[in-house]
Amino acid sequence: MKNFLGITCLMLLLGGSGSVLASGGGAALQSAHVDLSDTASLQRGAKLFVNYCLSCHSAHFMRYNRMARDLGIDEKLLQKHLMFAGEKSGELMKVAMSTEDGERWFGVAPPDLSVIARSRGADWLYTYFLSFYEDTNPSRPFGVNNLVFKDVGMPHVLWKLQGRQVPVYAEDSHGKKHIERLELKEPGTLSADGYRRAVRDLTNFLVYVGEPAKLVRYGIGFWVLLFLAGFFLLTRLLYREYWKDLH
Amino acid sequence: MKNILVCLLDWVDARFPLTKLWNEHLAKYYAPKNFNFWYFFGSLALMVLVLQLLTGIWLTMHYKPDAERAFASVEYIMRDVDWGWLIRYLHSTGASAFFVVVYLHMFRGLLYGSFKKPRELIWLFGMLIYMTLMAEAFMGYLLPWGQMSFWGAQVIISLFGALPFGIGEALSLWIRGDYVVSDATLNRFFSLHVIALPLVLVGLVAAHVMALHEVGSNNPDGVEIKKVKADGIPKDGIPFHPYYTVKDIMGVAAFLFFFAFVVFFVPEMGGWFLEHANFVPANPLKTPEHIAPVWYFTPFYAILRAIPDKLTGVAAMGGSIACLFLLPWIDRHPVKSIRFRSPLFFWLITIFTLCFVILGFLGTQPATILYSEMGFRLAELYFAFFLILSIYSNERSPAVYVTWLVVLVGAILAIDFLRFDPAKSALIMGSALLPLTYLAVFLLGPAFTRLNESRPVPERVVWK
Repeated sequence: MKNFLGITCLMLLLGGSGSVLASGGGAALQSAHVDLSDTASLQRGAKLFVNYCLSCHSAHFMRYNRMARDLGIDEKLLQKHLMFAGEKSGELMKVAMSTEDGERWFGVAPPDLSVIARSRGADWLYTYFLSFYEDTNPSRPFGVNNLVFKDVGMPHVLWKLQGRQVPVYAEDSHGKKHIERLELKEPGTLSADGYRRAVRDLTNFLVYVGEPAKLVRYGIGFWVLLFLAGFFLLTRLLYREYWKDLH
Repeated sequence: MKNILVCLLDWVDARFPLTKLWNEHLAKYYAPKNFNFWYFFGSLALMVLVLQLLTGIWLTMHYKPDAERAFASVEYIMRDVDWGWLIRYLHSTGASAFFVVVYLHMFRGLLYGSFKKPRELIWLFGMLIYMTLMAEAFMGYLLPWGQMSFWGAQVIISLFGALPFGIGEALSLWIRGDYVVSDATLNRFFSLHVIALPLVLVGLVAAHVMALHEVGSNNPDGVEIKKVKADGIPKDGIPFHPYYTVKDIMGVAAFLFFFAFVVFFVPEMGGWFLEHANFVPANPLKTPEHIAPVWYFTPFYAILRAIPDKLTGVAAMGGSIACLFLLPWIDRHPVKSIRFRSPLFFWLITIFTLCFVILGFLGTQPATILYSEMGFRLAELYFAFFLILSIYSNERSPAVYVTWLVVLVGAILAIDFLRFDPAKSALIMGSALLPLTYLAVFLLGPAFTRLNESRPVPERVVWK
C-alpha cells in the first residue's frame, strides 16, 4: 500500500510538471481555464471558429458531423450556420485556400488547426488571442504584432471584436525600451471582458477539436479505475487465501 | 466430461510435452518464497509486451507508413476509428510503461546481485532485450511523423555519422536509405518496428526465461535456495503456480490501475510520454528550437551531450551501456544482496540511482552551460560507479585503495586540464569537487574505516 501511495504521488508530480516541456515563447502566459464540459461555451467557440478561422485555417482531421454530434447541434442548424465551405455533413473541415496562395499572401501557409491546442497548449492560444497590438513598423504587412508570437504572419482577425490595442513602453535600467503592457485604445464591439470570454470559448473549442475523444475518455476512465480497484481487492483476497498456509 | 479432458491431455502429452512444460515452468518451478515488491516487474514486463503486441496489431490495421499520410492516419485513428484513441493511447503509454517496468526490473537485479554467477546469461539476455527495446521504441517513435519523430530520428541516426574513416557517413546513409530522414526511412522503420524487432524481442524473452528457469530465481537475500533441499525440493522454494501466479495477478491489477489512470486522464503525461511538439507534422525545413528524445533515452542522451567532441560523446554513450552489459564481470563480490553488503555499497547504489535520474532530467533540457557541466560531472560519477564496484569485488589493502584514488583523481584533473576553458573556470573547478569528493569517500572509506564490511549471509532466506 505504501508503495502505491508513493507511485500515485510521483505520477501526479510528473503529470503536473508538464509545463517544463511545453513550448515556450515571449510573454508570460495567462491561464485559459478551459472547461470541456461547458457545451454552450464549445458551441460559441465553434461559431467563432467557422466564422473567423475556417476561411484560411483548416481543421482537416475533424468532421462537421462529429462536431455537431459532440456539441449537441442538430443537422439543420449545422448546415445553415456552421457549414460555409463544406457540402456534406460527413466532410472534413477543409478550406478552399491552397498552400501556395497562403504562402504568397501571408508569408507562410496558415497551419491546420486540428491539433494546434495539443502542440501549443490552451494557455498559449488564449494569451495569443489577447496579445495582438498595433505595430507601426512598415515591415509589418497587416500593421499588427503579437507578444507571444513575434512577427506573426496572421492579421488580427478578431480586431472588430476586441478593438485596437497599443503597446505601452517602459525603460529598463539599461535604458532599453520594452513593452510593459497593452492598452485598449479604441474598444471593439465587445467589452474587454466580453472579448476575454469569447476567446476563452474559442480556445475551449480548439482544445476540443485537438482531441474529441477527451469528452468520452474522462467518463469511461472513472469506471475503468473503479473496476480495477475492485479487481485489485479481489486479487488481493485471493493472494491472501493462497499464501496464508505458507510458513 | 472429466474423462474426455484427461484422455485429450494424455493424447497431447504423447505427442507434445504439454504437462512437462507446465510443470517445469509453472507448477513445479520452485521460486524462493521471500520475493518482495521489486519482484513484480518481470511478470509486468511480460504483460506489457503482450499489450504492445496486441495494440500494435490493431494500430497496424489503420496506420499508413507513408510520409504523406502517416501523421493524418494517426489522427484518423484518434478520431474516426472506433476506440482508436484507446488503442493508440494504450500503445503510446505502453511504450513508456515498458521502460518504467524494465528499469525497475533492472534496478532489482542491481540491488540483489541477480546478475551474478550463475545468472550471468540471464542478465546478458536481459540487456539484449533492453537494447532491442530501445531500438523498437526509437523506430516506433518515428511512425507518427511529427516534428519530434522526424528530428529525433535525424539526430540519433546522425550519431552513427561520428564513426571515422567514412564508415559513419556510409552507415547513416544505409540506415536512412536517403540523405535525410524521409519516406524511405519511415517505411523501413515501420517494417523493423512491426516485424523484425518484435520477433527478436519475443525470442530473447523466451531465452531470458529459459535461462532463469535453468538456474532458478535469485531473491532479496541473495541466498541460493537450491543449496538446502528436502526430497529434491528447495526448502525455501514454493511452486510458482499457484503462489506466484496469484501474487503476480495482484501485481497486474495494481499496475493496470495506474496504467489506466495515465491512459484515460493524462496520456501525454504532461509532455513526458507524448511530446507537445510531436503534434506538429514533420517538416524537414524547420528545425525545432529544442530537440529532446523521450524520457527513457535521456540519461544516455545527457552523457552524449556532456562531451563536446562528437565521436568521444558517442563512445561515452556506447560505453555507458556497455558497462551495464559487463556488470556480472565488473561486480564480482561474493555477497549478492544489498541487504548484507556494506553501508558504502548502499550509498554507491543510491548515488548511482540519483545520477541516472538527474542525467535523465538533464537530457530533456536545453544544454545550457550549467546543465552541460552538471551532465559532464554526473557522467563521470556514472562511470566511477562501475570502477568502484569492480574495486570493491575483493578485499584490498589500503595501499591499493590509495593508489586507485591517486590514479583516478589524476585522471579527473587531467581531463579537466584538457577541456579547460577560462570563461568557465569557476564552474569547472567548483564542480570538480563532486567527483573528487565521491572518489575520496568511496576509496578512502574502505581503506581507513570499517564502512565497507559486508555482513554474514544466512544459510536460509529471511521469512517473516
